[in-house]
Amino acid sequence: MTALLEVEHLSKRFGGVTAVDDCSFTVQHGAVTGLIGPNGSGKTTVFNLATGYLHADSGRIVFAGRTLARPDPAALYRAGLSRTFQHARIFPRLCALDNLIVAAGHPWRSLFTRRRGHADSDRALALLEEFGLAAHAEHPAGELSYGQRKLLEFASVLMSEPKLVLLDEPTAGVNPTLVATMEQHIRHRHAMGISFLIVEHDMNLVMRLCDPVIVMDRGTRIAAGPPDAVRADPAVLDAYLGQ
Amino acid sequence: MSRAGVIRALLFFGVLTALPFAVTAHWIVNLGVFTLIYAGLASAWNLVGGLAGYPSLGHAAFFGAGAYAEAIYFQHRDAGANGLMPFLVLPIVGAGVAVLGLAVGWIAMRTRSDVFAIVTITLLFVAQTLAFNLNSLTGGSQGIGMPPAPFDVDTYERPFYLVLVLLLAVSMGVTWAALHSGAGLSLQAVAADEERARGIGVHVTGVKLLAFAVSVGIAGMIGGVWAYYVSFIYPQFAVDPLITIGMVLMAYLGGRGTLWGPVLGAFVLVPAQQYLAYQYGATQLYLIAYAAVFLLIMLLLPRGILPSLSHLLRRRHAATGRSPDETTQDPADAASTEAGTVAEEMAR
Repeated sequence: MTALLEVEHLSKRFGGVTAVDDCSFTVQHGAVTGLIGPNGSGKTTVFNLATGYLHADSGRIVFAGRTLARPDPAALYRAGLSRTFQHARIFPRLCALDNLIVAAGHPWRSLFTRRRGHADSDRALALLEEFGLAAHAEHPAGELSYGQRKLLEFASVLMSEPKLVLLDEPTAGVNPTLVATMEQHIRHRHAMGISFLIVEHDMNLVMRLCDPVIVMDRGTRIAAGPPDAVRADPAVLDAYLGQ
Repeated sequence: MSRAGVIRALLFFGVLTALPFAVTAHWIVNLGVFTLIYAGLASAWNLVGGLAGYPSLGHAAFFGAGAYAEAIYFQHRDAGANGLMPFLVLPIVGAGVAVLGLAVGWIAMRTRSDVFAIVTITLLFVAQTLAFNLNSLTGGSQGIGMPPAPFDVDTYERPFYLVLVLLLAVSMGVTWAALHSGAGLSLQAVAADEERARGIGVHVTGVKLLAFAVSVGIAGMIGGVWAYYVSFIYPQFAVDPLITIGMVLMAYLGGRGTLWGPVLGAFVLVPAQQYLAYQYGATQLYLIAYAAVFLLIMLLLPRGILPSLSHLLRRRHAATGRSPDETTQDPADAASTEAGTVAEEMAR
């Protein structure tokens, strides 16, 4: 396995608060990596730094062998790094199908070609089918339930055929059935060769799905390794339970 | 394009084109000219304010730039043997204003929503101040004149009218093309959530600058026709906040982001304004009546005429449990179904 994403000595301060403090870890090619930690430990900030939504005060990001001094979300997306947001961000007025087509990572000239190319439509419909949303293809995405929006957002970032998908709490706030559905989709896509980095609070899911698991506390990595090892790590227990 | 859409467009532009030949009363054709000016402006504004969700309040500055470009070029020239020269240079005026818009948009479009509105309205006042003070170029408050148009007195307005129909067709054609291409999809994504749009590889900066440039370019061309029509322009009328407010109100009224909405808004508001001015002009009551019309529509159809109508009709279909394509026996129901689909389609 080779490193797909390397986070090296990343730091980010917001005013007096240090959200991420000299944090380093790697995400291996072909792995489903879990990123856990107590609330406020800097997981989402790391996500934002790694995807270019925020710029680090120091440190660097290496994605697929390329070092990015100032990562740009659009360039990273086209290079194969997709992400979802904690609170499913979709385009509510666009129909589900358009939500996928717009995310295909088109080149410039597509601005002047048809809104829905045949190839795009076919791929988008197949994805909607895969995620059980085909019946909603032509309906505004705003009419979907919260869980369905999360599925739609996940499906949409797959349009660019990414190498690595960062999922920010994919099962937060959705019902247990949908948690299982989401897990299936992640496993299915993982089997197809996509790597994942997942922030998640559902420990059962993380322990089932992720290997390795990275644990953050107070803005830095305190442990990393297979789920069982991490679960037994005194530093992790300390971070979660306190002394 | 759907066949209904083609027929609707042909019918609309057919009737529009035929009107000045069927009706020769000056006041009607004159009203037509101003309605078309605002319809074209509202439609062009919609590319930025509606599709991209950037509520520009500075479009009158570009309208004025087009007007001054024409007036400055023609102040010491004549309008050609048949008076068509000022029309023939319009594409150059439009391209020039579009390039100007590119530069302005590149800076202004770093801001969003309310801040963008304030930045652009500031731009409008800067442009007006420039028009007042660049005496050697604009004639300052003295104004600047265009050569007289050598058109037949009986049908004097007709050439202006027809050129404006053409510009409206250009504006609506561009809007239609945008809505049916990747550009429109990208713009709608920008309007909904620009940060996420950027994050999924949409060419955000490029597409919004393109929309802004095309939009203000069309506004500039309309300004050029207006300058020739009114033949003498002054800073307070060429770069007028009321022109900005007019086009924005009309786009909101008819339905932002739709193809027909802004045009419909202009065809309702301009004649209404003229009528009310004629009825109550002496008492200033007409401004209150004008505001009342607008408030009433905003109250009853808050998302604009077309989107509210299509939403309403869709809800009715849902309530009666029939899908819009199920034709019914009851002619009244069938008519409402028909109206529903048309409104829905126009609202796209």
